[in-house]
Parts: sequence; C-alpha cells; structure tokens
Amino acid sequence: MRSIKQNLAAQPLPDFRNAGVILRILLGVNLLALAAALVQGQGVDECVQRYMEMAVWVQPLLLANVALLASLDGALRHLAVWPGRLLVVLLAAASAAFFVELWVAAGFDAGGAQRLLRAGLLAGGTAAALLWYFAQRSSVLSPALVEARLQALSARIRPHFLFNSLNAVLALIRVDRQRAETALEELAELFRALMRDHREMVPLADEIALCRQYLDLESLRLGERLRVEWELRDVPERLNVPPLMMQPLIENAVYHGIEPGSKPGTIRIRLARQSDELHIELVNPCHAEGDHQRGNRMALENIGERLSLYYDLEARLETGEVVLADGSREYRVHIVLPCRGERA
Amino acid sequence: MSNASPLLTLLIVDDEVPARLRLRELLADLAGDLPNQVLAEAADGLAALAALSHRRVDVALVDIRMPTMDGIEFARHSSQLVDPPAIIFVTAFDAYAIQAFELNAIDYLLKPVRAARLLAALHKVVGRRPPAPDVLASLSLGARRHLACHERGRLLLIPLADIVYFRADLKYVAARTREREYLLDESLSHLEDEFGECFIRLHRSVLAAKETICGFQRNALDDSDAQWQAILRDVPERLPISRRQWPLVKSLLRAARG
Repeated sequence: MRSIKQNLAAQPLPDFRNAGVILRILLGVNLLALAAALVQGQGVDECVQRYMEMAVWVQPLLLANVALLASLDGALRHLAVWPGRLLVVLLAAASAAFFVELWVAAGFDAGGAQRLLRAGLLAGGTAAALLWYFAQRSSVLSPALVEARLQALSARIRPHFLFNSLNAVLALIRVDRQRAETALEELAELFRALMRDHREMVPLADEIALCRQYLDLESLRLGERLRVEWELRDVPERLNVPPLMMQPLIENAVYHGIEPGSKPGTIRIRLARQSDELHIELVNPCHAEGDHQRGNRMALENIGERLSLYYDLEARLETGEVVLADGSREYRVHIVLPCRGERA
Repeated sequence: MSNASPLLTLLIVDDEVPARLRLRELLADLAGDLPNQVLAEAADGLAALAALSHRRVDVALVDIRMPTMDGIEFARHSSQLVDPPAIIFVTAFDAYAIQAFELNAIDYLLKPVRAARLLAALHKVVGRRPPAPDVLASLSLGARRHLACHERGRLLLIPLADIVYFRADLKYVAARTREREYLLDESLSHLEDEFGECFIRLHRSVLAAKETICGFQRNALDDSDAQWQAILRDVPERLPISRRQWPLVKSLLRAARG
C-alpha cells in the first residue's frame, strides 16, 4: 500500500534555486577546502596560504556549478532520485575537468591526465558528500513536519453530529432495534476510519463505502430532508486515495446544505474517471448564512492542504457557487486526482 | 405552586424526528414521578409558535439549531406571549450557547438527554418565566428572521424578507409589507443595528430594504431637509431621503447595482 511515509523516505534532490540550499553549498565546499588546507599545511600561516591558493581554484568552479544547477533545476526535477544524484555528481566532475583544461589553455596549469582525474574525483566527491548531507537533512526534518501537519489536519468529527447521532440511536432502540444496531455498527466503522493512521492511503472503494455509511447515519436523523444522488462512472475502485478525503466534504454538504433547510434537499456526488484523472464532484444546495460559510471554507482549506501534502501539484480542488435558473443557489466542490496509485 | 402536582403540559420543538421521539419516550418513563402530557410537537420555531397560538403549555423543550426559525429566536418571540411557557433548551453541542446559558442561569439539557436530568430540569423550571428578552437577544445565532407584532391579543410574525420599510412615528415603529402595516414594539436604531445588512437608513425616521429601492426622484414638496425621495418596487409610497443620508444612500445603492 502506498503511503506518504515511503514517499518521503526517498528524498528528492534539494531545491537548487533555494537561497538556503545555495548558501549551504557555498559554505560546505569552503569548509571542505579549509579542512583540506589544514591537513596540508604545517603552521597556521601556511594553512591560510594554502586555502587562498585553493580558493583561486575552487571559487570559480563552485560558482559555476551553483549557477549551472540552479538553471538546470527544472530539468533535474523530472528525473528519478538516483539518476538525478548521479547527474549532479557527474556535472561537478566534468565541470572541474573543464576548468582544468581552461587553466591549461590560459597557461596557469601544466595539465595532464592525472591532474584531470584528480580534479574530477575531488569535485565529484564533494558533490556526493553535499548531496548526502542534503538527503540526511531533509529526511530528519520533513517527515516529522509533514506528520505533524497531517495530524493537525486530519479530519475530526463534528461533535454536533456525534451527539445527535447517538441521540437518534437511543430513540430507535425501543421502536426499531435492528435499525439501531445497524446505526451503531456504522458509527463504529466511522470512528475506526477516523482513528486510523492518516498517512496510509486507502482504496477508493473503502472511502466510498464509508461515505455511504455516514450518509445512512445522517438520514436516520434528517429523514426525508436528506436526499442523495450517487453517480459512479468507470470508477477505479482500487485506486489508493488519502483517507477521509470525501467524507468531511460530504459532512460539510449536509451541515451547510441540508440541515439549515426545512424542505428536502439533494446532495449529488459524482465520481468519474477521465483518462488519467479521477474527478470527484460534490453539489449541495446553498443557504444564506454567513457564519456557516466561514466554517465551510476552513474545512475546504484543510482538505486542500492535505491533498497537496499527498499529491503536491498533481491534485486540484475547486469550489464555487452556482446560481440556477430558478434563482436557487448550489455549492460545488470539484476535486481532481491523478489515477496512478492504482494497484493491479 | 400547588403540591398536588397537576398534569404538566409540554411542547417539544426539534427538527429531527428521532430527537422528538426520544424526548417523548423519556417523558413517558417519567410519568410516574411527574405526570405529564406532550400537547404538541413542532419541527421548527415557527411551527412551534403556531402551535402555541391556540393552546398554552407549561414547558417547551426546544432544540437550538433548526431551520426556518432557531430555538433562540423562538424563545424571544414566545416570551412575548400572554402566558408564555417556561423554556428548557436541548442541544447536542453548542459550546458558545452553553457558556451563555450557564452565565445567565438559563435551563438547558444536553443530548443525549438523561431521564434524571430531564426530571430535575422539569421540576426546577415549572412556573418560571422565560429568560428575559435582552438576554435572549444577546444569545442570538444571527439576525432574527421574523419580527413579532401584537394585535388584538394575538402574536403575528412577519417574515423579515417581506418587509419593505420601517417608519418611526411618535410612539411606534411601523413595518410595511406589500399588503399592510404592522405596529412593532421595537426601536429604529436597534433594527438598524440588527438588519443593517439588508436595510438602509434613508431618514431619521425611515429604514428601507435595500433591494426594494428601484429609483429616486426630486421631492415635489419644497422640503429643505429631504430634496430627494426613494421610489420602491412593491408599494406606491415615496420615502423621504434626508440631506445627510443622500450621498450615502446614492453610493451604497450604486455599489450594489454594480
């Protein structure tokens, strides 16, 4: 099962356009040069002398590499992790060799195959060491951060819903025991889903089943007022999706679209696969209540941020109000997900 | 109050059928300790007021969040009845409201309701006056959606959406709908505070619904204070616009028309 933990374990290349990354590269290489000077020199004076001599070599090469990586950053991002790293190391080695040739041509250096090889190995080694450092650094930092953010963002049930549902079940125990039993089972399933590890992806079919159970519980309370239309077209049931991606949105739709109205309202849920994308559309009636809308926006931002943690830029979340021909208003949420995580 | 514990009459107001059922069940269980009878049930505040128009009850058990008219607004209107019921709010989870109830010693129960709690609340509340109107006003979830008007001993409710303008006379404020005028026990400045989003002050004594204003004309009378008048969509009267309000009215409505 794909999980966000594994996603992050394979650390991508650092962002070579980031000022912090550039600063770390410059400092790192100079520290290495200083260390080399300390090893080579006998006294402090000689060490400083050595370092200055080295700087003449190192700085132009270093600056050229930083500029090269920054300009190639977009292209490097398309590569898988290991080929990307290899390319960065080779670039450093090749540019070092090129600079040696340049110095030879300018008459500053005697040249020779041995010198070329030495320069290439030193530069490549330095690049590899820095890449290792960046990978270490991000693997220490980001999972903790992402985990914390996911925990904070993970869907929480509205207490309003919980207590009203329990109240409804209590009422049912005497008049319809079987229905009460089903309702408690559904409530248990919902809580199991809420307490699961939020980093694990779940099959789309499970998320849909969860939404159906949730809506079933709501219809217990709201009766005729809640109408639901499902439309599933060519849905990749085994596609892995972030847990509780749809349920909070449906909860919102009920809370903002159905509960404030005394007349029956319809929630439409459409899922359709279009080429490599899964489209999810949720539509609910609108009621003019400013306070409610604010809560809604918060929940939506929450889901939007979770989607970007899981999918980065590959997922989209769009929302909007539509005025219908009869003057009533509808609220629409549209999510687009990539269909790649599907298991065979 | 007599000790012979006469039959306690009740009204249950909740938009959820199972919630009303649950309260009925509990009240039936308590009948031995406290003889009681549910005289009516209603799915929202408006229906509850209609039920109270032709019968009185001792206690109303009222949910807070309901469509059409919420529990707080219901309590505000019902407290103006001649013989208002005592009110116990019943809510699943409204942290803000519960805090306010505690602060103002307003009776409330939490869903799921427990029989013992219900019994205690009923014993405590019988014969109590409903909470004071200004306390309830401070609890409001939002602006009222209806205004109350007493007429020949009856409580009439005017949906806010039907009101074209308010006009203050010497003692009263009158609300004009398309059909007629109602006299209200309100002050124009309070109305302006509460409904400022959809009403605009045209004159010291006039508050008009923004969306019913469809044009302006010069005042035929030579009134130095009101050179302009507003033309309204649904009623023939013209409303005076004071010199002070004129620039504001003009720019607000122009902005609204976009």
